[in-house]
Amino acid sequence: MKPNRTVIEAGRTEKNYWQDLWHFRELFYILSWRDVKVRYKQTVLGAAWAIIRPLLTTIIFTVVFSRVAKLPAPGSAPYAIMVFAGMLPWQFFASALSEASNSLIGNANLVSKVYFPRMIIPASSIFTSLVDFAISFLLLLCMMAFYQVMPDIKIMLLPVFILLALAAALGVGLYVTALNVKYRDVRYVIPFVVQLGLYLTPIGFSSSIVPEKWRLWYALNPMVGIVDGFRWCILNEPMNWTALAISTSVILLFLLIGIFYFRKTERGFADNI
Amino acid sequence: MSDTVIRVENLSKRFIISHEEREPYKSLRDVMVRKTKKWIGLNKQKPHLTHEEFWALKDLNFEIKQGDRVGIIGRNGAGKSTLLKILSRITEPTQGRITIDGRVASLLEVGTGFHPELTGRENIFLNGAILGMSRAEIRAKFDEIVAFAEVEKFLDTPVKRYSSGMYVRLAFAVAAHLEPEILIVDEVLAVGDAQFQKKCLGKMEDVSKNEGRTVLFVSHDLNAVHKLCSVGVLLNNGSIYYAGAINKVIESYVSHSKNISSNYVRIGTGEIQLIDIIFLNENGVELTELSTEQAVVVKMKCKANRSMKGVQFAVCFNNIHNSRITSLWTAFKGISFDVNEGIFSLIFTIDRLGLIPGDYQILSHINCGDILIEKIDNFKFITVSHAIFSIEYAVPTLSQGVYLENFHVTLE
Repeated sequence: MKPNRTVIEAGRTEKNYWQDLWHFRELFYILSWRDVKVRYKQTVLGAAWAIIRPLLTTIIFTVVFSRVAKLPAPGSAPYAIMVFAGMLPWQFFASALSEASNSLIGNANLVSKVYFPRMIIPASSIFTSLVDFAISFLLLLCMMAFYQVMPDIKIMLLPVFILLALAAALGVGLYVTALNVKYRDVRYVIPFVVQLGLYLTPIGFSSSIVPEKWRLWYALNPMVGIVDGFRWCILNEPMNWTALAISTSVILLFLLIGIFYFRKTERGFADNI
Repeated sequence: MSDTVIRVENLSKRFIISHEEREPYKSLRDVMVRKTKKWIGLNKQKPHLTHEEFWALKDLNFEIKQGDRVGIIGRNGAGKSTLLKILSRITEPTQGRITIDGRVASLLEVGTGFHPELTGRENIFLNGAILGMSRAEIRAKFDEIVAFAEVEKFLDTPVKRYSSGMYVRLAFAVAAHLEPEILIVDEVLAVGDAQFQKKCLGKMEDVSKNEGRTVLFVSHDLNAVHKLCSVGVLLNNGSIYYAGAINKVIESYVSHSKNISSNYVRIGTGEIQLIDIIFLNENGVELTELSTEQAVVVKMKCKANRSMKGVQFAVCFNNIHNSRITSLWTAFKGISFDVNEGIFSLIFTIDRLGLIPGDYQILSHINCGDILIEKIDNFKFITVSHAIFSIEYAVPTLSQGVYLENFHVTLE
């Protein structure tokens, strides 16, 4: 057996897929870097978009939910900070989902001309959203300084929830990406789902206002656990651990389904795209 | 046995063509509507699904030895691209097995791995990574790549401002310096000037002769294939028609092309029938291949079942993209002929052929006023090559136009 031997057979790609994925990791870095670079090139406001969008939404949500609807905030932090802490992971999830769902179609020429594990493309596009997330996170720190809110020591646990958000985006993203190659109208559904999710997820309000008997059902929305986790870390809001466990299980389930479906359909991408 | 780098065994690839959908892609909405209808029992009639199997490749078997320069030729749709796609692992075969020893890199179509917004420098790294190179490897080869591509001055310019020639040069340079054990080159040299084409051919020859690498080369340009390759594979309808020394393969391709479309369809009233169209040089010798800018005599041999008056004849040329390039129609000269029953020939004289190198389909057309007597859409194929292949002469390609004007140029 020679070192660089490749065997091509029907159904064979299964076997060395994960090995290939590791082998092509440099491609992942460079595609992520390309997406980030291209994203901020040729836009007037560039990185400012990552600030303006969540900031404006936060202001509107604060006015509507706090001033007009007069919903209570459970913690001691100002309402705006609570909204923004929820907006952060949601914005990340939403943009990762939209970026990922179009990524394969956008790179159709690559997919039909070169071999590499296709998972790299949606994964690297999700990475772009992570950069936006980092910029927005800096804004959160500025806002907290402005309102003179001291973050809790639990903020050290935030990476756990960022990872959870990443897993959620990747799971749903992979599924939707694969679906989009086959059915091109999926991309029209995504913005609608994202818009709906904005209200189904506790962003403008705290999940503590949801009646206790519905809390666990509510946690079936995976973003509920993540948003609650962010607020728990940053603002020391009370945490419903059962709800978090449910959200986490849903996320992991989605991740498994996403990977499985992506792998199943991946073989046909070059023929279908 | 040890020097076999690619072994293909019983390779087949099937495509399923579904005739149900007219749209280029399925929409989720349609599928959902259909499923729901089926579910609530509304869908009485079954959807008219007709699947047709199409074997792009059928039972291919061959071996390629290390250091071989293999030309893969065949008409459009013969399965060349599918074979390359399977070899570069883009699609999976339906049946069969390929064993490859060594790293495979494909020279991509112009700009496939490039992002127009990024600079030349950035694109070298991007393209290298797409081809499977590590950053360290690219860095080590960077200067060599830049020098080969001759783009030093434009390294920090976004490639969207590059000329198409610069684009290909850069793409080729990256792929050629990848140092793959096996390099796949698919029809890319059509772009770029003759000098660079020559340089590329030279580089490919160099990597295979001096470094023992294997090159797979697909092209319609028989001249280039002949210059570069040592062995060849001729594909026809998904199977190997002939494999062996390159001279034999090209010969077989040319003679095969001559009588390939013997199953053409004749349309029209049929009082006059085409027997053959042949090409001769000025000395009356029959040509199997034409050259751009050559003097050519086209002889159209016909048989009339009865005498007719005012008949017009045409010989037309379509290129491989099925675009009509030119027609030699007697009506353009205001001429129609009165023909007697029996066999006769029309002689069209071309002082200088304006067709650029490539494969052409020959069509014939005979009419009498508004009456179509006979029309054949796929009579035969003819290859036009370029007689002069040297540094001073650029080879005209589709990117410069479909037709070569007869011109002279002087400096005043």
